[in-house]
Amino acid sequence: MKFGIVVNEGPYTHQAADSAYQFTKAVLEKGHEVFRVFFYHDGVNNGTRLTVPPGDERDIQKNWTALAEEHKVDLVICIAAAQRRGILDANEAKRQGKDADNIAPGFRISGLGQLIEAGIEADRLVTFGD
Amino acid sequence: MSILHTVNKSPFEKNALSSCLGHTKSGDGVLLIEDAVYGALKGTKSSDQVEAAKSTVGLYVLGPDLAARGLAADRLLDGVTVVDYGGFVDLVAKYDTTQAWL
Amino acid sequence: MSEAAGGGATSKKFLYVNRKAPYGTIYALESLEVVLIGAAFEQDVSLAFIDDGVFQLSKGQSTDAIGVKNFSPTYRALGDYEVTKLYVEKESLDERGLTLDDLMDVTYEDEDDDYEEKPSIRVVSRSELADIMAGQDVILSF
Repeated sequence: MKFGIVVNEGPYTHQAADSAYQFTKAVLEKGHEVFRVFFYHDGVNNGTRLTVPPGDERDIQKNWTALAEEHKVDLVICIAAAQRRGILDANEAKRQGKDADNIAPGFRISGLGQLIEAGIEADRLVTFGD
Repeated sequence: MSILHTVNKSPFEKNALSSCLGHTKSGDGVLLIEDAVYGALKGTKSSDQVEAAKSTVGLYVLGPDLAARGLAADRLLDGVTVVDYGGFVDLVAKYDTTQAWL
Repeated sequence: MSEAAGGGATSKKFLYVNRKAPYGTIYALESLEVVLIGAAFEQDVSLAFIDDGVFQLSKGQSTDAIGVKNFSPTYRALGDYEVTKLYVEKESLDERGLTLDDLMDVTYEDEDDDYEEKPSIRVVSRSELADIMAGQDVILSF
């Protein structure tokens, strides 16, 4: 079965990102396919590589990146939500005249259509938020 | 079609669980995660409403979130099934759609 | 999955559930942005307004003094995107002391009925809304 997963909150303040990560891992462990993880609202903040959590805490961004690298999970950050909140890839940084980008490895920035597509293509869409 | 409703708010803070239970149909499932696991406890002001849903709706609670909050299984309402993340995945697959009561 | 009206391609029934008031948080605005983008995908789209979500449709929103964009006119434009089913829950209105008169006029032109202007807002009971939810393929909540 194909799963789409939506993450609507950033890391650390709400449990939503942790729940979504644990759920995504379990989907893969059960032998299902993850069509896409879509990050919306403050969820886009999962995709900055500039977080520095304390050494004895989980690193939420690195956890996501590992899923992308080990399982080819498609991690998509909503461009409209990302622009509001300062999550940029190199292209966007250049296009918007900003002096840096901050997107983490394994994430990509794209449009809201990717969320609708996940709803259409996946057999199940599961949302985590606040 | 059947819906798996997920709720993640404490019933003592937000109305998500109450609103969810007001919109379920026979054959649906309700899974309590994160702070909504407090909604699975016996002897609270929301216990009666959850108890009343039992006859038509499957009630589930996420074990890892119970454990994190120090809630033992003997505190739970009868008829609430504890699942792990793998069980969460199975429930999503079992019901036709999923609706999050954020 | 349900067949698209008049088309061979399959489309899904999408329901956007709005349970939060506007301005206090960004969810209502960003939900609307999903609806507008989603309209291009020619799915069968409905919106539900329950709990504090009914406040999103309040008449007379004026945000000048809070410095935030007033996005309420966008609801009235939904008809142009062929988003014509806005289900508002009667119990949620009642609980908040609201009636249909307190909500904006949201209409659409019915192309199947000589482009007659019709109301997009449909006040439904909680149990009718439960039936509407049960008929969906994809439910997105904000």
